[in-house]
This record gives sequence, structure tokens and C-alpha cells, in this order.
Amino acid sequence: MLPPDEPLAEIACTVNGRRVAGRAPLRQTLVEWLRTELGLTGSHVGCAHGVCGACHIRLDGAVVRGCLVLAVQADGSAVETIEAATGPEVAALREAFVAHAGLQCGFCTPGMILQAAELLQREPSPSREAIRDHLSGNYCRCTGYHQIVDAVASAAAALQSGGVEGA
Amino acid sequence: MTPARFAYARPTTLEEALGILARGGEEAAPLAGGQSLMPMMAMRVARPALLVDLNRVAGLDAIALEGGVLRIGAMARHAAVLAHPLVAAEAPLLPRALEEVAHPAIRNRGTLGGSLALADPAAELPACMVALDATIVLASAGGERRVPAADFFQGLYATARRSDELLLRVEIPRAAGWTPWFAEVARRRGDYALAGLAVMARCTAGRIVEARLGFCGVEAAPRRLPAVEAALVAGEDAASRLPALLEPLGSAEAPAGYRLHLAQVLLRRATEALHAAA
Repeated sequence: MLPPDEPLAEIACTVNGRRVAGRAPLRQTLVEWLRTELGLTGSHVGCAHGVCGACHIRLDGAVVRGCLVLAVQADGSAVETIEAATGPEVAALREAFVAHAGLQCGFCTPGMILQAAELLQREPSPSREAIRDHLSGNYCRCTGYHQIVDAVASAAAALQSGGVEGA
Repeated sequence: MTPARFAYARPTTLEEALGILARGGEEAAPLAGGQSLMPMMAMRVARPALLVDLNRVAGLDAIALEGGVLRIGAMARHAAVLAHPLVAAEAPLLPRALEEVAHPAIRNRGTLGGSLALADPAAELPACMVALDATIVLASAGGERRVPAADFFQGLYATARRSDELLLRVEIPRAAGWTPWFAEVARRRGDYALAGLAVMARCTAGRIVEARLGFCGVEAAPRRLPAVEAALVAGEDAASRLPALLEPLGSAEAPAGYRLHLAQVLLRRATEALHAAA
């Protein structure tokens, strides 16, 4: 907990398509603000210094570490979190992560999905090596990664064959 | 993991940013992509009293070819530089090296200028700037200043930038006829290099006739090594010159002797590849 006299910053931004105006302690990170102030707890705080990828969010369309951006820096920006992440890639990945058991505890999953969706948007048929490379900054301490790579490869194949509901 | 308290300024013009920086003195820190500064603040290794956020300053991220020189703005994100067709055409060393820089989400936010200004000894881009013979353009309230990359990097996290200056852009001379080579050794994909090597070589008639190189992760800062470059051109065993010339950093993870070994391995690989391509 930060002390009560903590200096605050005004923030007006779009979060998951909704206009949001509020305040955040100047030294609070964006992911902490999303979780504590807006109740969007889908983005997780793992290492809190940019190593693990559990805090990934989309900031003005780009996937970034939510723990390495200050909340005040989102002022005037568009933020998207896993709660509202849409699009055919996310839909396909969600199904594939379940089908291939691409998670156990689920802590890393939101970050994995957002990062993998960015890959599939750019590269519809990535090799397994490309998948591993693109997810190299997302840590999973349960699965050993094999099922995660399986899930992303399977989502890519499903998208290519047009077999994704809601795609 | 909460940083120490700081004041925060978000200028929108270069003039405003330079004024704030000049008034802030040594206690002010420019915030570019924040992919190194934010973790350093979270761990309280860095405790700036004033953060000068450069992310809303207009016009610092342009990538353009002007008068035969490739100009890359200091706030250009790694991902933008990596994907830019002008960079691929004019300085293909950079996309090759940027593939090794951290991870996609870090590259989406991290900037060229931030990496150069921090001057982490293991970072890839400073070594590339030395090999590319780039010029670093700095600005202060007093005007602009141009520093050759080989003079800009001065030691561990130490550069020629004064506390009242900002990096504006780098200027990279055209390199038609030059072949780039980059490789590094890291423990895991995206980790900082234990040792890395950037080389630019000009080849004619099957021979290397001119070469520039810079190591990363080996010494405190990248620098030109004229004797090694001359050996490359003379077709001599350049790697055997390294033990007498390099002062490798040591750490528990990679002692100095190991870094020297890696530097020699990388230079031999580069020599072989460049001769094959010549």
C-alpha cells in the first residue's frame, strides 16, 4: 500500500472501448492501476520488473509489458486487456489452449494469448521455432511449453482452414 | 517493486523537453521506452527525482533517407526499426541485430535512443552503431551536437551525453557494397549477450578490403579495434589478436576468460562467413 499523501495523476483514456477518467498514484504501473482501480484482474503481476510477460496488455494496439508502463502514461491512449480482447486469433487461441491443455495454473495464459495473437496477425502459419521465439518473453512455470506451442500451432491451422467459431 | 517517489513531466515539444531537462539537472532522467529504466526504478537501482517522459514529444521517431544518409529518430521503437523497409535496404545489420534484442513486447516499446543512451555493455545496438560508423546527434537548449558512435560510448553505462542533452537521431552513412554480419551468444533467446559481434565489411573481387567491427557484452563499451580490422583486411588470423587487445568484463556467469573465448569464436565465424560471401 502506498502512503495516503501519495501524489496523484489525472488519467483519461479508453479501456476496453470504454471512456475512463480517474486518478492514479504517479508511481503506480498501468497493470496495477487496471487491477486495483478498474477491477480488471485478467492481467497478472508476476515479476513486476519486465521479465515474465504475465502483465501483457495492448497499449494503442501494441502488446506491451503492463508493469513497465506507468498508469499516467496511458493518459490519452487506448488500452485493451484480456477481458475484452477480441478477434479471430484470440478466439482460436482460447479454444486451442483448452483443447491442448496449454495451461495448468493459468497465471501466464492472458499474456501468452495476447502475445500469440500478435504473432498470428502478422504470420498466419508460423513454424514451431517462430512460435517459441515469439513467446520467449512469456514465462510459464507449469506446462514446459510444449502444449503451449501445440496450442498456438493448432490455432494457426484452425484459422487457416476457416474452422473457428466467431472468426 | 514500487519505485521511489518522483516528479513527472510530459512535454510535447523538443524545446519544452530540453528546457525541463536543463532545469532538472543531474536529478532528471529522460524516459524513453522505459524497458530498462522502469525495472531499474522498480528495484531502486535508479531513483530519479524527475522523470521527463519523451513519449509525447512530436517528431522524434522518424525514419528517413536524406542526402544518402539514413536517419533514425531516437524515439523510433525497436519493432518499427526492425520492420522498416528503408532500414532493411540501407542498414541490414540493424534488423539482424534487433531480432536478438529482448522479446517482442519489449521491442514494441523500447527505443533506439533509449538503448544507446543507457549504454548497457551487453546491448546490441551500441556495437552496431560503432560498426556502422554512425553519428549520434544530440540536442540541448544551446543547440545540436554531433558525436561519432566510436566516441559516444565511453564505458559502463557511460556516454558522451550531458545531463541537459537528449538524443535526437542517429545518422548512418549508406553502405552500398558492404556486407553486414551479426551474431551473439546468450544463455536463452532474448537474454542479454554474453558476447556479441557486429561487423561491416566491404568486399571486392573476393576479398575483404575494409572492415569495421564492435563487440557487445565483452568490454565495458564497444569500440573500434583498428589492429583487428587491419588483420581481417590482410587475411591474417584476426582472432589471435584479441587476447592482447581486449579487456573483457568478468562476472560469475561469464568470467573474463570465457568472454574472450566467445569473442574469438564469434570473430572466426564472422571471418569465415564474410570470406564465403566476398
